[in-house]
Amino acid sequence: MELQLGLPLFYFLLLGFAILMYVLLDGFDLGIGILYPWFNSDAEHDHLMRSISHVWDGNETWLVFGGVILFGAFPAAYASIASLLYLPIMLMLIGLIFRGVAFEYRFKSNTSRQWWNRAFAIGSSLAAFCQGLMLGVLVQGVDSDTIALSSLQWLTPFSLFTGLAVMAGYALLACTYLTMKSRGDIQQKAARYGQRLLLFVMLSMLLVSLWTLWLQPDIRQRWFGGAHTLALMLLPLLALLAARLLFRDLGRVQRQFAADSDINRRHESRPFWLAASLFLLAFVGLVVGLFPYLLPRQLSFYAAAAPDASLSFMLPGVLIFVPLILAYTLWGYHIFRGKVEDFEEGY
Amino acid sequence: MELDAALLSRLQFAFTVSFHIIFPSITIGLATLIAIWEGLWLKTRKPVYLQLAKFWIKPFAITFGMGVVSGIVLSYEFGTNFSEFSRITGTVLGPLMAYEVLTAFFLEAGFLGIMLFGWQRVGPKLHFFATVVVAVGTWISAFWIIAANSWMHTPAGYVIVDGVFHVKSWWEVIFNPSMPYRFSHMLLAAFITGTFVVLATSAWQLLHTEHKAMARKGLSMTLWLALILTPLQAYVGDLHGLNVKEHQPVKLAAMEGIWPEREAGAPLLLFAIPDKAAEKNHFEIAIPKLASLILTHDPDGELMGLKAVPADERPNVAVVFFSFRVMVGIGMLMILVALTGAFLRWRGTLYQSRWFLTACSYLAPGGVIAVLAGWYVVEVGRQPWLVQGLVRTMEVVSPLPAERVLFSLTLFVLTYSLLFGVYLYFMRKLIRKGPPSPEQLQQQLIGVKAAGYAAALAKQIKPVQEHH
Repeated sequence: MELQLGLPLFYFLLLGFAILMYVLLDGFDLGIGILYPWFNSDAEHDHLMRSISHVWDGNETWLVFGGVILFGAFPAAYASIASLLYLPIMLMLIGLIFRGVAFEYRFKSNTSRQWWNRAFAIGSSLAAFCQGLMLGVLVQGVDSDTIALSSLQWLTPFSLFTGLAVMAGYALLACTYLTMKSRGDIQQKAARYGQRLLLFVMLSMLLVSLWTLWLQPDIRQRWFGGAHTLALMLLPLLALLAARLLFRDLGRVQRQFAADSDINRRHESRPFWLAASLFLLAFVGLVVGLFPYLLPRQLSFYAAAAPDASLSFMLPGVLIFVPLILAYTLWGYHIFRGKVEDFEEGY
Repeated sequence: MELDAALLSRLQFAFTVSFHIIFPSITIGLATLIAIWEGLWLKTRKPVYLQLAKFWIKPFAITFGMGVVSGIVLSYEFGTNFSEFSRITGTVLGPLMAYEVLTAFFLEAGFLGIMLFGWQRVGPKLHFFATVVVAVGTWISAFWIIAANSWMHTPAGYVIVDGVFHVKSWWEVIFNPSMPYRFSHMLLAAFITGTFVVLATSAWQLLHTEHKAMARKGLSMTLWLALILTPLQAYVGDLHGLNVKEHQPVKLAAMEGIWPEREAGAPLLLFAIPDKAAEKNHFEIAIPKLASLILTHDPDGELMGLKAVPADERPNVAVVFFSFRVMVGIGMLMILVALTGAFLRWRGTLYQSRWFLTACSYLAPGGVIAVLAGWYVVEVGRQPWLVQGLVRTMEVVSPLPAERVLFSLTLFVLTYSLLFGVYLYFMRKLIRKGPPSPEQLQQQLIGVKAAGYAAALAKQIKPVQEHH
């Protein structure tokens, strides 16, 4: 039994890892697009685009990776989730298309620049919103037997709210990324917006948690049904701690600027990691509630798992290439380290 | 009229995959050419090579971007529109695509940033390395996706358990009978497509711009390449055809327009109008016995025809028949151009022959059109099967409401039409703008020679505080 579960469990964790990587990396990336309308000048927009133009493609590849791991390791889950979430997925893809091509065309355009600004902002926001919506649907659960009939099952107040919450979360990540990668006004703006967004994100997390506990007796039972509740309480406590540190760092960046002193590098870069750890904690909390389901209360990861032949064939690929990918991705970020102004050259 | 969700899903997949294939078939060849130019520049230090690399990197970037965004769609469309297909074949195709992402997509994406934006962040050798990695990444990607696609044509190495495909031998799955042929044919097609985009542009530049040195070099190199690649492609295509005859005889019958159950001494049809209802062709223009000669190496050899299988197991003959002729026709034209170019070069009048350069410049989309036509032969020719002989396309479509698919299809048609226009506009704009001037190149060279130059400059402007 244990051996049989071993491989599916590995891929379940790998899928979680891929989703988390995607959410963190494309999170700040899409977040830049969400924040875009709050920056006004052409120079600011240039800066925002340049801060991610060398990484957006790699960040989005994690979405494809998550998709194909689901396809290859849990074909039954891929089949039902994808057709169930048909419209949100299609809208997300359209959003990703527009914001993706905006990177290439905006810098090469003169007259149409305004349109590419819009494509970037609206496309990013739409993609983020759809992702949040899908998250909400997966948490609240849907009836997979009624794909053809359940035309609007994915559209509920809860899923609409999670859509907005994820948008705010991505925007927060982007604020902390910009705080790390910018100087002067842009950095200040990012730190200021970051503080406000943080408050909204924390409130949303609280609300979504309570809403989920109220809607889902199973999840309530999981959290409060035994001695492990104490251990699980660490998650919200750590999240509160991270949020407090994050709020303080963003405040310091503003105060140091106002006092005309140089901004402490740690205070500039730590917010990003704190925001990322907030995401991590929220994600772990989510998995605690949903495990072992891919489709809540209907399809567990071991029921959806592909036969051993498929799972073990992918194993060497995953074990060799995922560490390699992480290494050269990290190296890529290292090459473009420092502030955006320092690597302004194009190609 | 009752809307048919299955038909709409198929239309949507055909439309989105057709749109997507345009871009990788250009970038595979273009990435390889850019890597070659950059390598030649490093070796010889002749500015013309750097100019070529720097000029083509921009069209490459927008083409690559289009390929990325339209490719993400496909990785989800299997599940959204063909859920039953995903459930029963995900066990085979999923792992192949996982390997594509692991060994190619991340690689391309990871090094693309350095290739495009890293000129002044890394040394010239490391930059060249990044360009080579991106090029190799495109080949690896083609390998996996062609392996997956070929398996759907000539499935092997599997057993079916409870309606789901289980893999017995991954070696047989990957190197299935049609894979080596399809992979070589497609990779060559992509190289030729990139080659002709550059060839046509160089010819145009030679005629209409002042960038003569670069244009000559570009034209000369791509004509040599075309001279090698296009005849080779004809040969590989012939081998691929023989493979189709062996494994998918119905598709071959549709390509050749052969109706009788068996036909000895089948003619090669230059033109005909296949009639599916009457089960024969009209207005045939034929070369007697040639099809049999090519495919069986015997003028009286027997070929299987469409009537050998029931009507519901035949593809749309007209689409396959005409697409095949479009592909072969463009291929022949390309061979002709390559040979004419070689002849003019031998005569020493290549760069002065305006008529030839003009003809070349019209061939820019030739490769793309041939690739699309070729894919229609392959994919429409396999119908009504999705996995040849095993899975019927109509039986594995998601049970979605038709309006929903109509909605997404409409969105894709609008979005892609718009973006295709935009793509052509910017390609034209970039090509008209021409390469960076020698002064600009010189300026960029300073950055390349001194890695970290920009970073150092920035540090001078604002000293970094270390004392915190």
